[in-house]
Amino acid sequence: MGAKNSLVGLTVVEIRDGLRNGDFTVRELVDDHIHAAERAKNLNGYITETPDLAKDMASKSDDKISRQELGSLEGVPVAVKDLFCTKGIRTTAASKILDNFVPTYESRVTENLWGAGAVLMGKANMDEFAMGSSNITSAYGPAINPWKRESDGDDLAPGGSSGGSAALVSAGVVPAAIGTDTGGSIRQPAAFCGVVGVKPTYGRCSRWGTIAFASSLDQAGPITRSVHDAAIVLEAMSGHDRRDTTSVDRPVPQFEKFLSQSIKGLKVGIPKEYLSDSLPTEINKLWGDGGLWFKESGAELVDISLPHTKYALPSYYIVAPAEASSNLARYDGVKYGMRVSDKSLEQQYSKTRGSGFGPEVKRRIMIGTYVLSAGYYDAYYIHAQKVRRLILEDFNSAFKKVDIILTPTTPNESFGLRDKLDDPVAMYLNDIFTVPASMAGLPAISVPCGLSGTGLPLGLQLIGPAFEESRLFQFGEKLERAAEFSKKPSSYVG
Amino acid sequence: MDLDKETVASVAKLCRIEIQEQDLTPMAQELSNILSWIEQLREVDVSSCEPLSSVVEAELKMRDDTVMDGDLAEDVVGNAPDSTNNYFLVPKVIE
Amino acid sequence: MVEVKNFVQGETGEWEVIIGLEVHAQVASQSKLFSGASAKFGGEPNSQVSLVDAGMPGMLPVINQYCVEQAVRTGLALGAEINLVSIFDRKNYFYPDLPQGYQISQYSDPIVGRGDLLVEVDSGYTRKIGITRLHLEQDAGKSMHDQHPNKTFVDLNRSGIALMEIVTEPDLRSAEEAGAFMAKLRAILRYVGTCDGNMEEGSMRCDANVSVRRPGEPYGTRCEIKNLNSIRFLMRAIDYESGRQVRLIEAGGSIDQETRLFNPDLGETKSMRSKEDSHDYRYFPDPDLLPLRLDSDWVAGLRERLPELPDAKAERFVKHYELTEYDAGVLTSETERATYFEEVAKGRDSKQVANWVIGELLGRLNREGISIERSKVGAAGFGKLLDLISQGVVSNSLAKKVLDEMFSTGEEAAVIVERKGFSQVSDEKQIEEYVQKVLDENLEKVEEFKNGKDKLLGFFVGQVMKLTGGKANPQMVNKILRDLLSK
Repeated sequence: MGAKNSLVGLTVVEIRDGLRNGDFTVRELVDDHIHAAERAKNLNGYITETPDLAKDMASKSDDKISRQELGSLEGVPVAVKDLFCTKGIRTTAASKILDNFVPTYESRVTENLWGAGAVLMGKANMDEFAMGSSNITSAYGPAINPWKRESDGDDLAPGGSSGGSAALVSAGVVPAAIGTDTGGSIRQPAAFCGVVGVKPTYGRCSRWGTIAFASSLDQAGPITRSVHDAAIVLEAMSGHDRRDTTSVDRPVPQFEKFLSQSIKGLKVGIPKEYLSDSLPTEINKLWGDGGLWFKESGAELVDISLPHTKYALPSYYIVAPAEASSNLARYDGVKYGMRVSDKSLEQQYSKTRGSGFGPEVKRRIMIGTYVLSAGYYDAYYIHAQKVRRLILEDFNSAFKKVDIILTPTTPNESFGLRDKLDDPVAMYLNDIFTVPASMAGLPAISVPCGLSGTGLPLGLQLIGPAFEESRLFQFGEKLERAAEFSKKPSSYVG
Repeated sequence: MDLDKETVASVAKLCRIEIQEQDLTPMAQELSNILSWIEQLREVDVSSCEPLSSVVEAELKMRDDTVMDGDLAEDVVGNAPDSTNNYFLVPKVIE
Repeated sequence: MVEVKNFVQGETGEWEVIIGLEVHAQVASQSKLFSGASAKFGGEPNSQVSLVDAGMPGMLPVINQYCVEQAVRTGLALGAEINLVSIFDRKNYFYPDLPQGYQISQYSDPIVGRGDLLVEVDSGYTRKIGITRLHLEQDAGKSMHDQHPNKTFVDLNRSGIALMEIVTEPDLRSAEEAGAFMAKLRAILRYVGTCDGNMEEGSMRCDANVSVRRPGEPYGTRCEIKNLNSIRFLMRAIDYESGRQVRLIEAGGSIDQETRLFNPDLGETKSMRSKEDSHDYRYFPDPDLLPLRLDSDWVAGLRERLPELPDAKAERFVKHYELTEYDAGVLTSETERATYFEEVAKGRDSKQVANWVIGELLGRLNREGISIERSKVGAAGFGKLLDLISQGVVSNSLAKKVLDEMFSTGEEAAVIVERKGFSQVSDEKQIEEYVQKVLDENLEKVEEFKNGKDKLLGFFVGQVMKLTGGKANPQMVNKILRDLLSK
């Protein structure tokens, strides 16, 4: 324990064991992570840091430990995507329009974390209102991927929208972070940053106090450096909430128990529609490797078809913007947030929203408003919701034949922060493999499994049936063990 | 699907987002691109299908008729850019 | 069903007025439709507002079961179809008293479908008015434009309160019918207890869609008159608007479909200067709320437990108490009246009770603007007064004076009769003395009577009553007079 920052880089499991054994105090742990944040400042992973609060929470945590009262996340420093309302702490959704918003209430998910003993290190950077796949749309500047290509020193995108959360975990600044996933916003940045990300079943976590983007798709989830850690964090986050009637009243399993369960004789589905001519060879190869690893563990590979896969993304880009256009109508400068004053109420609305929202948010609100407007509702929104049912039915049929589905997480590796800036659709295509599970409300995990030719992380995705997150951990652990992904990014501060 | 400037302007009005005159055409272009890409959904035969509005297979949960909230005027109005005596203030609306 | 024609006379001939109403009735619940804040009237600004009502980021609606129940019960009371599956939709628009930027309502799949209401019109006929639908929706907050020269004050206390929107078919044909419809609907809502019908406090208000046409022609363009909060205003607004439309068309103009407001001081409707040409509300199912599914057994249970409704009660009163339809109608127009009547009528002559309740009690209550629940004279006390009349202890006319006293002092009838010495004189000997005295003092009139002027009997009776301060038993006076006069 001599080196100054030896506590940085510990996993959640190691922290749990260390605190139980009295190897260090929470205060020491938190102090080290505060220093780590300073060293990684250039990653711009945080929008708001909370070192004083963290120290205070650490002291309280040490008190609890002295009384042998340890929660499942006792003393664990976490970063929280700035989309979760934290009481008394500025919450911005990475938008100018909420730059000065301080909630008087705590989101259910973060309340669960503090109840389990976790310590808040800060609010993590993200794409504005969770709309994006790069963290470029944040009003506070992009978060930067701790990974760099072997060939150059370009700043790369950490992915999005939970880019800050993934970057912070990847760089070792925190052992765990929470994000939200609407179309891939946990899994895709996790894959880009070489860490684990989980989107649970829709309804597994409460959405109360989580700033809404697309109500029928949003779900909170953990980002960690190991599958085991993700199981622990997800269990702490989950649970029914009477204030969110879309949250389900089901007991939360002890996810950790499933990590060591054998997958012998179980079936892994390989959907043919995820293979296309444009899929980079190295990703296809990694996907194949994943299948082989499962076979080596005793599972059987089964070819399946999810025929409506390619329609998931365009239908998502009708449903999500439509819901968002309505969810974001409350940002009007009247009750909270930024206001551009004007003598006319209508001008005040338009100017406030015109300058408070960034370009991507405006685009999506416009699309959403358009597809819901008179004359277009049936043609777009209803049509997209019908396609959505077909996507769900594809998965339901597949899960009659297999126990889990294996796909690549993304069709690409991380890209330069300056790339892909001019074409929104090209950016949307980042989510082509993650969106189908979102539209069907199914749980999915991304596990870092390999490196691209340029030395950037690549992830594989597992999709399970509804409420079978345990299967994600059961299979995910095998993938992680076989992949032996241990490389750390160049900006790692552990 | 090609949107023209006028449509963009009226959509912007519906969602109360100010778009400067010079930005109308670029916005129309961007939105048209997105909508054209979405058009591929027409290929899907949805004739036998009901729309899916929720992936949750559950009953709508209800609550009892008890007063267990409110009485937090300071919290409600506390973040408002303009308020007085616990009223929100906005520019006067003429009807 | 009587086909009554209520035509408006124009310069160029007759016009038919077509009216449809949209009534917003606040559910009489403790808390709001989707939040646990209080739904009470009044209250300090923004004190009855939860984070959900204020549209704070991350807030979600949770539906109030009681409100669902009351909507179903109202639908059942209107004989309407209950839709076992209904959907909540978002109605999107911007206004300062709409914090979320949308109202949660029901658009394509309302909780209640078609029904009807039998309306008794004062002119003496009844009409069956079709109900198109009933749905649940949130009320908006309150914007006050008169508190400050250039700012509007916004109070969200009302925001989120449960409203039942009841829409009628365009079946109404006159202001009178519309007024009668509202009165009947209000009575029914109060009967089932789902809404207190208090229009002054805004718990019930309506919008009227009015158009005119030549009899037999297709419907004309209609105008919507919004936010009428009294039945009188509704009727006046319809009269003015139909007249305005007729005059406009006859002058060669055409009606613009628009929203109008009624100004009670001027007695006119005026077009609302709305900034938007069209309202595109972009309705879509609220993704925070699952479809509402009702159990048919549960609905059947609610139907069984509905109280006796006005029409059925009136029918029963006619049969059981042998009242006229008119009297039964008056007594059942409010559930409290019917209850009062039935209590008094227990073991008493129902026709007498009806006459006295309608003729004496209601008249006095109306004059003082008191509702029967707050009458100083309760059913028991009122009944005791009627007993005194039946027993001959006090005469009908003095009983009315007793009732006045009961209202002002709150004393019991018997106590007042005693105190004021109103006891009826029914002793034959005593009355004979009085009668004899009157006859002795009016010998010429007695002669005239005996010579055929029968009408003088009334004069003699009157004189005896004067002499006895009204206390003589009139029937006995009559009998004794006739006896003595025939001698």
